[in-house]
Amino acid sequence: MAMTRVHVDPTAARSGLFNCHGCSLLVRRPSVVGRVHVRCPRCGALLHLRKPNSIARTWALLIAAIIFYIPANLLPVTITTYLGSTQPDTIMSGVIFFMQTGSWGIALIIFVASIVVPIAKLIALSGLLLSVQRRSRWRPEERTRLYRIMELVGRWSMLDVFVVTVLVALVRLGYLTTIEAGSGVVYFAAVVVITMIATMTFDPRLIWDALEKNDESPAH
Amino acid sequence: MTQTLIACHECDLLHRVQPLPKKSKARCRRCGALLYVHFPKTIDRSLALAITGLVLLVIANIYPFLSLESQGTVLETTLITGTIILSQQSMAGVAILVLLTSMLIPCILLGALVYVLWPMKLGHRLPANRRAFRLALTLRPWSMTEIFLLGILVSVVKLSKMATIIPGTALFSFLALVFVLAAVNTFLVPITIWEKMDEWR
Repeated sequence: MAMTRVHVDPTAARSGLFNCHGCSLLVRRPSVVGRVHVRCPRCGALLHLRKPNSIARTWALLIAAIIFYIPANLLPVTITTYLGSTQPDTIMSGVIFFMQTGSWGIALIIFVASIVVPIAKLIALSGLLLSVQRRSRWRPEERTRLYRIMELVGRWSMLDVFVVTVLVALVRLGYLTTIEAGSGVVYFAAVVVITMIATMTFDPRLIWDALEKNDESPAH
Repeated sequence: MTQTLIACHECDLLHRVQPLPKKSKARCRRCGALLYVHFPKTIDRSLALAITGLVLLVIANIYPFLSLESQGTVLETTLITGTIILSQQSMAGVAILVLLTSMLIPCILLGALVYVLWPMKLGHRLPANRRAFRLALTLRPWSMTEIFLLGILVSVVKLSKMATIIPGTALFSFLALVFVLAAVNTFLVPITIWEKMDEWR
């Protein structure tokens, strides 16, 4: 029964309509064949049936993020100097510091924002891309929800970048202790920004296109 | 709402637009994504909040943000200190990112809203207002004041054993700004604004 319902579901693309990503206006697609750039008459955004080259762009960004993720975790994010001795700290050793000092709540927040969320995002986005490429019909609603959650929580990974910023601002030269930013924070910030853009370039409508009766997915 | 059909941004399903009761949301019947909301007085409320936000942002930049007291000396910082120190430690990229997400983007976002909504309330429009509004909507996920605030909390806990941290006026202003930006996200109904713009065609 679910199958028959899916077939009659009218989508904007099947009805020959662009759904403007800027202002949600539905614009009739011109009957010209070939690559035409149509702009939304209301907000001026470029119109596409689906985000252009969504899969290729998202993969490219995702692979870049995976590569940057390694130095982000291995290199120190802060370098603390106390009475001549220096102590480099990675993201994970920062979490351990809070656990050892008894701040379990803070340790958990950083662990989730800096380690769980980025890894979960890299895995989830890879999974979504693979499922779309294989034209999977498996649980489209849950996959869309996964995408939605990712879009919502991904930005919170910026937390560690802000922590480093506040620490270096507050603990400076001239005092017994100084905290300097380590190069790991550059890679970590890159991972967060790149995965955020990767989430934006992925088009969740591709998940639903696989459920359409005819196997032609709409062109851009 | 004058638009009769709307397509879900996450699964492309077409829906007929139906009038909603106040403060309620319409969700896609296939994937559950948010389709549209009905919030009364969206222009007035969003405009008031945007102006408030800009004032708070100015205050947050003038007054001291956090001070660190250690061994009898007090070190004062402002909102922008972190950015300056990072750029001195050859972390210009990260410094720019922090400056953008915690200050410039919220500022541009609120400024663009005021630019669009204030004239709209007075019944006229300024050039490029559609572009300005689209910019404000695009920038929304990149405004990260709430995450910055959590970052401050984490840093304060980390330093609490080493020194005393004194909150400044700017911190309270920044805290208020976080709530104002969250409220803007709730009260701003883009479709209503777009349709209002259409009326002038």
